[in-house]
Amino acid sequence: MKLNDTVWGAVLLVCAAALFVHVQGFPAIPGQRVGPSALPGALAVGLGVCGAILLLRSLRAAARGQRVAWVELPGWFGSRPQVIGFVVLVAVNLLYLVGVERLGFIVTGTVYLAALMAVLRVRPLRALALGLVMTLLIHYAFYKLLKVPLPWGLLQPVAW
Amino acid sequence: MNAAWMQAFAMVFEPYNIVVMLGASVFGLFVGAVPGLTATMATALLVPVTFFMAPIPAIAAMVTATAMAIFSGDIPGCLLRMPGTPASAAYTDEAYAMTRKGMAEVALGAGLVFSAVGGLFGTAVLMIAAPTLAEFALKFSSFEYFWLVLMGLTCAVFISSDKPLKGLVTLFLGLLIACVGLNNPAAFPRFTFGNTELLGGIGLVPMMIGMFAVSEIIRYVVDTAPEALLVEAEVGNVFKGMWALAVKYPLQILRGSVLGTIVGALPGAGADIAAWMSYAMSKRFSKEPEKFGTGHVEGIVESGSANNSALAGAWIPALVFGIPGDSITAIVIGVLYMKNMNPGPTLFTTNPQNIYAVFLLFIIANLIMLPLGWLCIKVAKRILKVPRDVLMPVILLFCLVGAFAINNTTFDIGVMLVAGLAAYLLEANGFPITPLILGVVLGGMLEENLVSSLIKSDGNVLAFFGRPIAATLGVMTFLIWLSPLLRRRRPKALG
Repeated sequence: MKLNDTVWGAVLLVCAAALFVHVQGFPAIPGQRVGPSALPGALAVGLGVCGAILLLRSLRAAARGQRVAWVELPGWFGSRPQVIGFVVLVAVNLLYLVGVERLGFIVTGTVYLAALMAVLRVRPLRALALGLVMTLLIHYAFYKLLKVPLPWGLLQPVAW
Repeated sequence: MNAAWMQAFAMVFEPYNIVVMLGASVFGLFVGAVPGLTATMATALLVPVTFFMAPIPAIAAMVTATAMAIFSGDIPGCLLRMPGTPASAAYTDEAYAMTRKGMAEVALGAGLVFSAVGGLFGTAVLMIAAPTLAEFALKFSSFEYFWLVLMGLTCAVFISSDKPLKGLVTLFLGLLIACVGLNNPAAFPRFTFGNTELLGGIGLVPMMIGMFAVSEIIRYVVDTAPEALLVEAEVGNVFKGMWALAVKYPLQILRGSVLGTIVGALPGAGADIAAWMSYAMSKRFSKEPEKFGTGHVEGIVESGSANNSALAGAWIPALVFGIPGDSITAIVIGVLYMKNMNPGPTLFTTNPQNIYAVFLLFIIANLIMLPLGWLCIKVAKRILKVPRDVLMPVILLFCLVGAFAINNTTFDIGVMLVAGLAAYLLEANGFPITPLILGVVLGGMLEENLVSSLIKSDGNVLAFFGRPIAATLGVMTFLIWLSPLLRRRRPKALG
């Protein structure tokens, strides 16, 4: 997704102002003139200046008659498989974040891989089989060899 | 001195380390040869695994994998007209044109042999320059370090993109991300918004895995380009005729290696920029510039050595000052801190054996590149047929587990995913990522040296120019800042 530089400039300017105000609340180091607000304060000013320049430049370009859309959707937005791919990509990652503790790594990982592979045009059964095998491989490498405590979740009773 | 070298030899030639290097070579060659997977991504993917290793094998894995990946990135360029890594993009069309003319083995051979030559040249410079600089840097105070970091960040903004303004924005964002947490002069919790996970700051490793690996996979999923066709070319003996090329183009090899090492050492610019610059330079100074682009090996010889020498060059500022020369060393620095091998000049005096071991690792990696690279070219067609529709999801799951493995917290997975999406969006909008990464890596160092300098000088800004080296570095930094203004003024003055 491509946003117009006017939008970027304005957003940066607002964020920089909010940041600058927020930073004023940081306490000083006792007896010193500089404290934890020095660097973020300077960064707020810097971001604000950059935002202002971006905004001015794009406004001036617009005044010269160069029209740029506010929001330019990426080329893949018109293409169904890619849109579905992106939606599934976001969905499986949310599923992983929310579900891995309760469902366990092996179940979540298999679903995760199978769904992503299927959306990338691997045949469903093949995707499921490959998803399971690859999840078990990653599980073996991290859980057994590197001792990372990946959650068992549903499979806790049969944990190996 | 000799005892330290002996120790370094012992550490490097330990069987465990050799096995790690061989494994990392295979991994690096594979990652480099698959289009869409980069050398930086190879490093990021190695972090969760090296986390469980001793320092030297961990560094060995990264040095070997990246050297191999930068070479093997040439292979799909030659056979698919798709660069395996961005570092090969500069001469992909040239290499492909050679393949079309039936000269695939010359293109691949030149890529392999002169990659190794460039890598060894960069290593030689690293071995000479780094200890000398380190001795010099021992005398640095917070003032010099402040300017050095600022100059590094400045370079990153001006070199890594053609849009300094947008680079500046991402640099500021990176520095701001580095501000999160308790790690500041007053130990005040900044930007944590009551979240205890944020007190320790935003994890560097999950962020980098997100920015360099996850963002590539997002790009792959939404990519609409049709599948590239594999050329059915016979690849003969790749070493044939290489000596003749070396005799024909000695100046080009030297120029590429020198330029590559320098570009690598400049913060923010790595192997990809080195290759582009060096290919352009090769064409500019060539006796037969009209042949460039039609399948002429000269540019490949020069920029092929440049991108590998850049790898070693990037380690010079990384080891001596803790300032990464490219995105790969940005990750390496994160790993060095995790291993309590904090980069800096004292590393050279207190633990010289570790530094010597790094030198040895570079030499070995570039030497074993010749036989292993030859093998890789032999099986290249099979690697290029690996189904990426299966590979990409597996890499993504590996990233999730890898980000989790560092601190065993799901929060880091979230950080990684957000960073990946952010990197994808920023790049789609023309904001470069490298300044952001450098900002995150160097933010703490910049603030620490700024605040302690200000406290030492009681707020007197002139003190930043009070010492000769500090003053020089300061003036140089300002000159880089002013350079775009000067460049813009000149045509007007002439007109």
